[in-house]
Amino acid sequence: MARMRMNQAIAAAIGDEMRENPDVVTFGEDVAVAGGPFKTSDGLLEEFGPLRVRDTPIAEMGFMGAAVGAAATGLRPVAEIMFVEFLGVALDQLVTEAAKFNYLSGGTVRVPMVMRASVGAGLGFGCQHSQVMESWMVGSPGLKIAVLSGPGNAYGLTRAAIRDDNPVAVLEPRILYAVRGDVTTGVEGIIPLGQAATLASGNDITLVSCGSTVRTCLAAAGEADGWTADVIDLQTLQPWDTEAVLSSVARTGRLAVVEECPYSGGWGADIVAKVVSEAFGDLSAPPMRITAPDVHVPFGKELEQRYLPSAEYVTAQVGELLATGESPPHWWERDGALV
Amino acid sequence: MSSEVLARREAVRTDRTARFERMVEIRALEDAVRGLFAEGLVHGTTHTCQGQEAVSVGVAAALRPTDSVCCTYRGHGMGMALGLTPQQVCGEIMGRVVGSIGGVGGSMHLCETSIGLLPTMAIVGAGVPVAAGAALTAQVRGTDDVAVAVFGDGAANIGAFHEGINIASIWKLPAIFICENNQYGEYSPIAATTPIANIADRAVSYGIPGEVVDGQDVDAVNAAVEAAAARARAGDGPSLLEMKTYRYAGHSRSDTAPYRPAGEFEKWYERDPINTFGARLVAEGLLADGEPEKITARVTEQVDAAVAEVKTADSPGVASMFENVLV
Repeated sequence: MARMRMNQAIAAAIGDEMRENPDVVTFGEDVAVAGGPFKTSDGLLEEFGPLRVRDTPIAEMGFMGAAVGAAATGLRPVAEIMFVEFLGVALDQLVTEAAKFNYLSGGTVRVPMVMRASVGAGLGFGCQHSQVMESWMVGSPGLKIAVLSGPGNAYGLTRAAIRDDNPVAVLEPRILYAVRGDVTTGVEGIIPLGQAATLASGNDITLVSCGSTVRTCLAAAGEADGWTADVIDLQTLQPWDTEAVLSSVARTGRLAVVEECPYSGGWGADIVAKVVSEAFGDLSAPPMRITAPDVHVPFGKELEQRYLPSAEYVTAQVGELLATGESPPHWWERDGALV
Repeated sequence: MSSEVLARREAVRTDRTARFERMVEIRALEDAVRGLFAEGLVHGTTHTCQGQEAVSVGVAAALRPTDSVCCTYRGHGMGMALGLTPQQVCGEIMGRVVGSIGGVGGSMHLCETSIGLLPTMAIVGAGVPVAAGAALTAQVRGTDDVAVAVFGDGAANIGAFHEGINIASIWKLPAIFICENNQYGEYSPIAATTPIANIADRAVSYGIPGEVVDGQDVDAVNAAVEAAAARARAGDGPSLLEMKTYRYAGHSRSDTAPYRPAGEFEKWYERDPINTFGARLVAEGLLADGEPEKITARVTEQVDAAVAEVKTADSPGVASMFENVLV
């Protein structure tokens, strides 16, 4: 067990995998000499040298393609996309090449690459550097998607992603890089992909979270008055842990999915659909989604905080659901909300 | 199947007569594909490479089975040049289990790792950075393998071309970028999309060698790729080779190429890569008078038999669509 920031936990995970496996390499913009723009690869160049730790040009299509080719021929590249928005110019390589090579080779070519990207709002970077964009990937078969929620699972999920024989996208909420926490290092710290973590237990509702909304939900459950909640951190969005969610809902009878992304096309819609389809009889209230509105991430500090689902908002929405038995309107749908 | 593929791979590497036969085989299969469409036996589309056989075979002849090749959706010729059998290619075109990936890919998707053929890519330019990555593997592992991207002239105008070659150059990767300039990007003549006469000139901006090669001459292609491979294996970095060639057919099955100026095809056909190479082998005494014609008749018969065999093969079952999605 060690205490570290999330960015240090990521660097530790990559370093430990590089130490154990000479096929692991890492590259991206300012990953090597600078140790990463978010210091997620600090010290790796010094330890592993320029053959395995490289700075790339600002050319996401090029170096994501290089990751695909390297992975297809035996390496385990960890390619860093500085802001997930930059993946837009490289999406072909991830969803149309990497995700399909195993299929298009009759199972003979594996692409064990990791695409790491910082995601999310809260730091005032404006609407082109604040999105999460899971929706670019969740509908792409052949990819796994892990989302970090703090130092604790950052280490374990990153190591699992590097070890996985499929292409894995690891999404890292930027707002959490500096958060400190306890990290179980070593192989016992590895967290299998596809496994959720239940971080709090309660009786009245299941709060399903991922990435930055995990701490939001824990805070909301902590502030709750008159109700208690199961708080589930999905950790992996594709494939997601249906068993953890269904078994919790079977006990609590209520579900709220809390997402940072806009309402339309959000990953929570799949969670709700699955629960409604397979556990309708367990439900004592309509399942609810708590998300951002269908707008661009605003720049100003107050507006950005308004945009993101807060713990107070989650507490209020859940309280209303419990009191009325109906799914409450979103904040932006209420009278006077936009004045 | 694997030993036959490797034997075919080796034949092209070592025997110029085998190169002639392979070019004939590629032409025969591509011609047969037209008939398969007419019979309603091909679902979807296909992109044939008649006229470009010397590029495929010349490239394959210069490479080792451990080298990696990233190829495009116009890949039947390259696949067969590397060693895929007519059954494997035709099986994929017709979507039968005897295809190189079991009939799940179609005409645009071939793969055979035993001969270095990575999954062929149906996105223009995608293979350029992927080849850089395969070359990175060789560099990190300290082998003397090279990685090759074969792409069309159309790919020279997409961002992946620039980004992939630039990365290969700054990292001095053992890669060879081979542009098959067949004069048309889909339906558009190259002059309409590319402001310079020679794509090879772009090598200057990456600080690497660029060379224009006669893509209708299998010996010239082979020599140029061998030189680039030697340079790459020695650690001196990538090269850009532009093979000047000509696409006899349209872009895809539905394109009859009505946009081609009168006489253009005839002019290129005067230097048909198969006819000229056959004549050269006769002049050198490697083949007897009339032997190229006999080889052509024999190989065409073999290809027709292979196609007939594929027609009797099964299509993949429902289970196949759930296989190999995740490892």
